[in-house]
Amino acid sequence: MYARRRFALLKSLLEYVGIESDRIHFTWISSAEAGKFQEKAKEIVEKVRKLGPAKKLVKDIRPKN
Amino acid sequence: MLKEYTEQIREVAKRLLKDKVVDCVIGYRKGTVPMLDAPYIAYTEEEADNLIWSSFCVSNLAKFLIGRKGKSAIVAQGCISRSIVNLINENQVKRENVYIIGVWSPGMVDRRKVLEKFYDKEILEVEEDGDELIVKGKDFEGKEFEERISKNEVKRDNCFTCMHRNAVIYDEFVGEKGEETGGGNIDNVAAPWEKLSFDERWEAFRETFGSCIRCYACRNVCPLCYCSVCFVDESKPQWCGKTQDEADIFTFHILRAFHCAGRCVDCGACESACPMGIKVRRLTSKLEKDVRELYGYVPGLEIGAKPPLAVYRPDDPENFITP
Repeated sequence: MYARRRFALLKSLLEYVGIESDRIHFTWISSAEAGKFQEKAKEIVEKVRKLGPAKKLVKDIRPKN
Repeated sequence: MLKEYTEQIREVAKRLLKDKVVDCVIGYRKGTVPMLDAPYIAYTEEEADNLIWSSFCVSNLAKFLIGRKGKSAIVAQGCISRSIVNLINENQVKRENVYIIGVWSPGMVDRRKVLEKFYDKEILEVEEDGDELIVKGKDFEGKEFEERISKNEVKRDNCFTCMHRNAVIYDEFVGEKGEETGGGNIDNVAAPWEKLSFDERWEAFRETFGSCIRCYACRNVCPLCYCSVCFVDESKPQWCGKTQDEADIFTFHILRAFHCAGRCVDCGACESACPMGIKVRRLTSKLEKDVRELYGYVPGLEIGAKPPLAVYRPDDPENFITP
């Protein structure tokens, strides 16, 4: 319940900065709902894949040489 | 009018120190640089003569109350008094240990706006005269100049939309209560990027915060940042890198703004303290607007109010949840 408030503000802030809204998801799943968890995971992965690789807030930590 | 405030503050300070009501008085003294008045703590009556009140008092004095022993008096206008209420609600400061000298704020001057107006000259001294500032200095050929400008043109951004210029809580009020609001409407200017598309918002964000040098002045001057170990100083696990890579800079600012969600009173000290002139308030103003609209909470007005992120209502908005 507290997470709901925090998440509302976080999603609002990240969208305000320019991160696409389809990259940030929040949903209620209990530990007994394994089927729903699997579906949600697939759905979200699909949505994000459609958006392509993230270009914002990405840090390149490969050694430079 | 501000000169009267200065004299009255000095009198009150001397009286409080003489009667040993408090151990020290926290206020401002005249700075060594034009347009920047420094925080000052007076422990004796002679030192109390250095206290002033002007349109250049831009830091947040509530920071000095954290961890302070004994009883202190503090000169507080609207935003500072709201910061103090916040700190009392978060148990960082005890109400009995603070004697609040309430004052009215005329709206502080943003020195960068004045420097921009006189970009081709060197400012050596600035005085106040009613609603105007008298700016004196030399241009780069050594010729002296003196010019008057209106204070309204160079006021700090958050002072325009201030809703509480008088102190909201005080043990004693100095002078007369002035106009309560700054005249601007916060809903017109808060969160200016909402009208832009996602990519434009990212560009605006990059431009605004790209020059950050990670000096942490904004964190050091903010009264809400009192954690003994700040999240940027943690190394196991390292939440946020310390480099000046863009991703690290943005992570720091987003997280710091988020830590102040529902607590920030919009005092503007972070913007005034930034050496690069970054508009740090763009993020915090968006969060403040969200908290006001979603949960109906304005921080710092009531002692004993419950912080918005520590309570919940069963009917909180949840239209952002993926079904």
